Amino acid sequence: MASAERLVLPGVGAAAPAMAALQRRGLDQALAASDAPLLGVCLGMQLLFQRSDEGGVECLGLLPGRVIAIDWARQVPHMGWNDVVGEGERAVCYFAHSYAIDCDDELVAATTPIDGRDVPTVVRSGRLGGVQFHPEKSAGDGRGMLERWLAA
Amino acid sequence: MLRKRIVPCLDVRGGRLVKGVNFESLRDCGDPVDAAQRYAAEGADEIVWLNIAAGEESWSELLRAVERAAETVDVPLCVGGGVSATGHARELLLAGADKISVNTAPLDRPALISELAGHFGTQCVVVAIDAARRNGGWEAHASAGRRPTGRDAVDWAVEAAQRGAGELLVTSIDTDGTQGGYDLALLEAICDAVTVPVIASGGAGAPADLARALEAGASAALAASIFHDGIHDIAEVKREVAACGLPVRI
Repeated sequence: MASAERLVLPGVGAAAPAMAALQRRGLDQALAASDAPLLGVCLGMQLLFQRSDEGGVECLGLLPGRVIAIDWARQVPHMGWNDVVGEGERAVCYFAHSYAIDCDDELVAATTPIDGRDVPTVVRSGRLGGVQFHPEKSAGDGRGMLERWLAA
Repeated sequence: MLRKRIVPCLDVRGGRLVKGVNFESLRDCGDPVDAAQRYAAEGADEIVWLNIAAGEESWSELLRAVERAAETVDVPLCVGGGVSATGHARELLLAGADKISVNTAPLDRPALISELAGHFGTQCVVVAIDAARRNGGWEAHASAGRRPTGRDAVDWAVEAAQRGAGELLVTSIDTDGTQGGYDLALLEAICDAVTVPVIASGGAGAPADLARALEAGASAALAASIFHDGIHDIAEVKREVAACGLPVRI
């Protein structure tokens, strides 16, 4: 990992077992120590923050903020294709999650409306990036975003 | 705004795409990986891949087929069939599945649902419910619809969601394969009883049928024959759904 040019922390999973698996392999420290651009996807994005309410677990703490349950929505999980709206960004991407990011606006590059609340779904800070949706499963819109990240 | 989803279903047996009628007779419809790619390119919002004879087939072959599909398909892939333990689900996820569908195993051992949700998150766990009309209600069936369980399908839907199912795939045994429309009363009963998304299944014959299922409260409408036979394509279905004033990805 020390020689990687770019890192992706992918999704699908639950916060507590995922953190335990990273710690068991020492990957939590390796991710923190790396200088490479790091993209967190879905759960991978959530793990970049300080703490998750999913299992009440401490996460990587690379970004300030926490992961909260989507408890205001009529339907949970937030499942399917929804808008991703930000500066210069307008896409429709695939989501599958029951938890969401709660963080300062300065980190937020794009949001998604979930039952009346705009939830951060693209975050950026220096070498760190995160997306709540699955760009790898979001057809052309997702492919475009991944290509832009690879080119940046 | 969250879009309603149109979901082609691939029933896979012996590495081939097959289509049954009323859970019985099968006919060959080609290579499932080709079909998955074609549907994704045509605008499918998700693909459901069911290994309908998983118990009789080589598990490693099934995994390889899923891997082949996941490598080239750029929309989500939900895979079911033969999953009775978290280890199976893990292997399918590593092969590239995004969600895991379970049906018979949790009817026999409901704790499986919470085990899967604990390991992989609720968003990953789809509980498929095969329901047949009985005494003014619906009875959940196991073993690909062959075994009545005595359980009320709506009660089972509620329990499955409480135990950690993130989505329910609801198939009417009565309407499946008939192309006469979904069992809308079944969908309404289950959508009213749970807060997780519901995928409607069984009975699609025309684009309007899918729109009606979505109007009845389903988050997604699944169909097989109408797409496999090339009678209607996904774009046509989506135009119909949009014409009904429902949000859809076009």
